[in-house]
Amino acid sequence: MPSLGADMEEGTVIEWTIKPGDHVHRGDIIGCVRTEKADIDIEAWEDAIVDQILAKPGDTLPVGAVLALFRGESVPAAVPAPPVAVPASPEGERVHASPLARRIAEELGVDLNKVRGTGPHGAITREDVQHAATIPTPAAMAASATTEKPQADAQAGMRRAIAAAMARSNREIPHYYLETRINMECAVRFLESENQKRSVKDRVLVAALLVKAVAKSLNEVPELNGYWIDDRLQPKEAIHIGLAIALRQGGLVVPAIHNADAKSLDELMQAMSDLITRARSGHLRGSELTDGTITITHLGDLGVETVYGVIYPPQVAIVGFGRIVEAPWAEGTMLGVRPVLTATIAGDHRATDGRRGAQFLTVLNRLLQKPENL
Amino acid sequence: MERPISESAIRDTIFKALKKIAPEANPQDLAPGENLREALDIDSFDFLNLLIGLHESLGVEIPEADYGKLTTLNGLVSYLSQRVG
Repeated sequence: MPSLGADMEEGTVIEWTIKPGDHVHRGDIIGCVRTEKADIDIEAWEDAIVDQILAKPGDTLPVGAVLALFRGESVPAAVPAPPVAVPASPEGERVHASPLARRIAEELGVDLNKVRGTGPHGAITREDVQHAATIPTPAAMAASATTEKPQADAQAGMRRAIAAAMARSNREIPHYYLETRINMECAVRFLESENQKRSVKDRVLVAALLVKAVAKSLNEVPELNGYWIDDRLQPKEAIHIGLAIALRQGGLVVPAIHNADAKSLDELMQAMSDLITRARSGHLRGSELTDGTITITHLGDLGVETVYGVIYPPQVAIVGFGRIVEAPWAEGTMLGVRPVLTATIAGDHRATDGRRGAQFLTVLNRLLQKPENL
Repeated sequence: MERPISESAIRDTIFKALKKIAPEANPQDLAPGENLREALDIDSFDFLNLLIGLHESLGVEIPEADYGKLTTLNGLVSYLSQRVG
């Protein structure tokens, strides 16, 4: 059972699109899993032949459980699940946990046999214990389920998943917040001019320009692109921008646009449109939900001017954009009215300092003054 | 000779396009002067998809400069009526 986000504890197999003997290639959709947030397509992680399917549709299993066995062309082998937390230890087996984790588990009343370790060799860390302490017990969830209608159940599940991730974020991540106002005149004029030449189906929205500007800014400030794991910053070379997408029925998902810095504006627009459509119709791929290296939240459509985001762990930063407003803007001794955007960044203070965040916003501002170069 | 498309047919086309974007909503309940985007919780992507849907159904190309005329159902019907057929 792949981990499809920091907030996922278990999933239910909905269907398989493969059978024993089938050849699969890396990236092929092989089935679908229901999480508390949505139904997610799961993918093959390497080329292989399906050997055995262990989990039946309807089975609910914890993250890390083996769903199916695969073998290579010549050497039979079990293909491991995608890189996820190690499953909880079976009863009776020695639990590998640090003394600090054991002490905190005792204080919080957490059973270490039921905690999945994310440390080296599956060791249970302090964070794992603290995270486990926030998860409702199956009995509590079952009691809740019996009193709610299916639609309400889905909503409650979504809220629980968001609650777990955001509570973990606010508990574990010391956020710092920075904001800057950006004169968007050049960017707005550029898009107006571009879109004048295009048919409606080929138009580019300002959101695509902002994604590109963020991605290129990260090339210059790479410390904000990555994860905080094992008590250290692990910057990532590939820039996969997670987009916070509100779902119409409530809640949100954060799928990623892969290699956003290398995509043209048209490609970004197409990728965003595709992601939003699939997020809202429940057809996201597992890798899209796990690969984000930073998140953008853009609430300008709802009229807000400033957005202060909550970092999606284990990422180390989230960028917020509000609405572009016509506002007074002073340049030298001249005062005029310009389209102005407030951009914010929330950074993980364990990973970076405010200086890095400030550098990022400065680069972002600079790039948006030359939108034709994005 | 092609017959001009009636306002009622245009309205139905708009409702169909809106239903694709906001399946849970009932566009028929919209007041003629109500703000479409606010009433149906339509963001920039949804709005663009609405215009793409209308372009494909009615063949009308809507420039960005005209978006301000399309904030209400009445505005949209009136705008499209002048350009189809």
